Amino acid sequence: MRPFPSRLAALAIIALTLFGVLRPAFGADLTAQVNALGQGDYAALEKAIGDLAATGDPQVAPVLDALSNGDLYVRKSDNAVVKATKSGSGFTLTDPVTGAALGEAGRSGVTKIKVNNKIRGLVRSATGSLTLMSADPAQRRSAAADVFRSGDPAQIPLLDQAIAKETDPGVKKIMTEARAAAVLKSDMGDADKIAAIAVLSTRADQDALAMLASTASGPDGAVKSAAADAVASIQGQLKLWEGVQNIWYGVSLGSVLLLAAIGLAITFGVMGIINMAHGEMVMLGAYTTFVVQEIIRNSYPELFDWSLAIALPLAFLVSGAVGVLIERSVIRFLYGRPLETLLATWGISLILQQAVRTYFGPNNREVGNPSWMSGAFDLGNIAITYNRMWIVVFALGVFAVLMLVLKRTPFGLQTRAVTANRPMASSMGIRTPLVDALTFGLGSGIAGIAGVALSQIDNVSPNLGQSYIIDSFMVVVFGGVGNLWGTLVGAFTLGIANKFLEPYAGAVLAKILVLVFIILFIQKRPRGLFALKGRSVEA
Amino acid sequence: MITAFFFRALDGKTWAVLAVLLGIGIALPLLSLTDPSFPLHVPTYVVALVGKYLCYALLALSVDLVWGYCGILSLGHAAFFALGGYAMGMYLMRQIGTRGVYANPILPDFMVFLNWTKLPWFWHGFDMFWFAAIMVLLVPGLLAFVFGWFAFRSRVTGVYLSIITQAMTYALLLAFFRNDMGFGGNNGLTDFKDILGFNIQAPETRGVLFFASAFALALGFLICRAVIASKFGKVLIAVRDAESRTRFIGYRVEGYKLFVFVLSAMMAGVAGSLYVPQIGIINPGEFAPANSIEAVIWVAVGGRGTLIGPIVGALLVNFGKTWFTSGVLAEYWLFVLGGLFIAVTLFLPKGVVGTLMARARKKPDETKAPGALSPIEASQAAEEGA
Repeated sequence: MRPFPSRLAALAIIALTLFGVLRPAFGADLTAQVNALGQGDYAALEKAIGDLAATGDPQVAPVLDALSNGDLYVRKSDNAVVKATKSGSGFTLTDPVTGAALGEAGRSGVTKIKVNNKIRGLVRSATGSLTLMSADPAQRRSAAADVFRSGDPAQIPLLDQAIAKETDPGVKKIMTEARAAAVLKSDMGDADKIAAIAVLSTRADQDALAMLASTASGPDGAVKSAAADAVASIQGQLKLWEGVQNIWYGVSLGSVLLLAAIGLAITFGVMGIINMAHGEMVMLGAYTTFVVQEIIRNSYPELFDWSLAIALPLAFLVSGAVGVLIERSVIRFLYGRPLETLLATWGISLILQQAVRTYFGPNNREVGNPSWMSGAFDLGNIAITYNRMWIVVFALGVFAVLMLVLKRTPFGLQTRAVTANRPMASSMGIRTPLVDALTFGLGSGIAGIAGVALSQIDNVSPNLGQSYIIDSFMVVVFGGVGNLWGTLVGAFTLGIANKFLEPYAGAVLAKILVLVFIILFIQKRPRGLFALKGRSVEA
Repeated sequence: MITAFFFRALDGKTWAVLAVLLGIGIALPLLSLTDPSFPLHVPTYVVALVGKYLCYALLALSVDLVWGYCGILSLGHAAFFALGGYAMGMYLMRQIGTRGVYANPILPDFMVFLNWTKLPWFWHGFDMFWFAAIMVLLVPGLLAFVFGWFAFRSRVTGVYLSIITQAMTYALLLAFFRNDMGFGGNNGLTDFKDILGFNIQAPETRGVLFFASAFALALGFLICRAVIASKFGKVLIAVRDAESRTRFIGYRVEGYKLFVFVLSAMMAGVAGSLYVPQIGIINPGEFAPANSIEAVIWVAVGGRGTLIGPIVGALLVNFGKTWFTSGVLAEYWLFVLGGLFIAVTLFLPKGVVGTLMARARKKPDETKAPGALSPIEASQAAEEGA
């Protein structure tokens, strides 16, 4: 415990500081006050420190730090206070306030300003008060967070003052918590400590947990049991937040899977075409985004925030057109031969990959985040990045639009008719070849806009599609072929399962476990989670 | 009885294939050991290259057995190939002994590097060749048995089976990339010194390995012929062409499929085990789903359901690959391979050998060609029948 007078001095400093904040500080004035540091005994030094702190000038803090580190000297020629660093046999001098060079001095030209522990304590309180009372809320917040981490009981009076004066509720909360942390380390009474524990337990994060855990391991008594209760409650809350965080990560992964798989749900699920080039459609969408951004960067930089909105329809058109081309030139000859389709589309995927590699080069391409997609915000104890959040929203939006197209438009009706019974649809006057081509184009186009979204979180390289193709097939097969709702449920189930396994098994093993689970699941339900009922099942 | 089983398979064509394979298997290594001035001298690298192709041909043959004759399109055969390779690689690793960088008599280098103190349980026994040789057959066979047992019993067929076999090899790929698995992680197993006491780099050893590959391929071909020519083979073809009908007639379709799947996996394992000492490395990349699909295209190019086709296809495609990727055209190889996938499925559904055989079918002694219905017609028939 520090001697009582030092606290008194600190209180005096605070009083002076409160006054000083309002007073403009002038450079010349400051220099004179700094020079006062070297003009007498310890009592005079204490007074000079108090005066300096009273200015409330942020420039004072480094001067006081230098004093406490023993870097301040008095120059004998003019009694000025200087900051000196040893160089060879002499010293290099700088102005403590401005940092301007003041030349060299011999060892006999300067005298060190001596400091003792009492002075150091005084300096610490003074600098703490300078920042805790700062006019800038961000600075007050970081000062309070510093105190929270150090938990220095000497700061309690300072904090009391600062809390009383604080207007920003966020900063006030941190200050209260910092005070509680300091109280726990002080020798104040049990009642105070139990109150402090109550404050800390509302914070409910790892720092508070560590602090309370060390209290809970202390001597028996009311404080110990209160701390133990608080620890248990925080652990419960942390576990809850961990669960929430896993769900969020799972939803985020699930939305990525949904985006990658939803186009496949149409081409594979609805049309029954094994499109191994599906991943390359996603890749083409991502490269479309890259090209759009490149043009915007070079010609219309002010449009950059709109780049994704511009890329979206273009990616749909590019991938959709390639899809129609593939359907007309290759796949239409292979209907009813799913295994051959698989091989032919694999060949197409190799060609598309190599074409992109030849044209754009094998390396990752830089696709930037627009400003509204970068950054993060806090929700409770978890940080949510904007790009992940928008991708979840986007995936659900794409799903909703696709559902509407299939259920509420004439084109969707025709697609479903052709899927259900091709000869009957044909005899009703539906041009089945056209519907085939357009449906395949739709599936490919959706893959293209998935590529726009995935370009925001993944590397845009010729191999982009390869990394999604197996996952996409897993999602569609797991969810049930021919059922878009199955794809939705499948994507989020697999995403969340993956993220819940990760803390226990690690990322790779979690993925393996999910794959094994799907393999076993297909044994049990060969037609997936939501199997289509009816005659088509027996095909 | 077993001899009768094999003799029935030995028609003229089979004799010819066996003779050619064994002839190459003996001639090529001998020619490589001749003096370089000898006009028919074969450089050593050609032996290594062709030896690699023969292993691929055996893999293709194993794919053809399940795909061409039983309609199971496995996109996971590279997994069996790689497992056989790893079993052999583990034996070769144990043979390094104190000659490794860390000179540990028991632990392979990568385990010392990872600060492991004792050999994982599954590495025991691999210091003996016979044990490794059994494992080459047993591990892929067991995986195929367990996988097939579940899949066929649940009647997972067609595309679904293809997709879950792909998931299987993908899961194994991820698993073998992990250092904790104890198979050398990303780097795999390499730096082999000798096999059965012979220097693995010596031209003589390479010659013997080459002969072993040719012999294994010939043996594999003979076994496949024998299986196909037997009554069992006829049932297989029936399963391929009309699975439900075969089941209704009273055959246990699952048993037939399972047997042929396990046999095929073991053949792929043997191919992998011969591949590894000739290449000198095995790493998780061999599990890549793309490798399995490439093996399928060898079969498709040569002609599925012909047994000779996959051998021809594997050799053709891989010669093409070597030729393309070694020159300035390297960048265009994937275009060619991709184009091959499309062209073969669209224009040459029976493959090179299949098309040639169809032309020669008018000759009276060729009526025994397997599969009266082409696979394509068969799958259409199956679609309509369902």
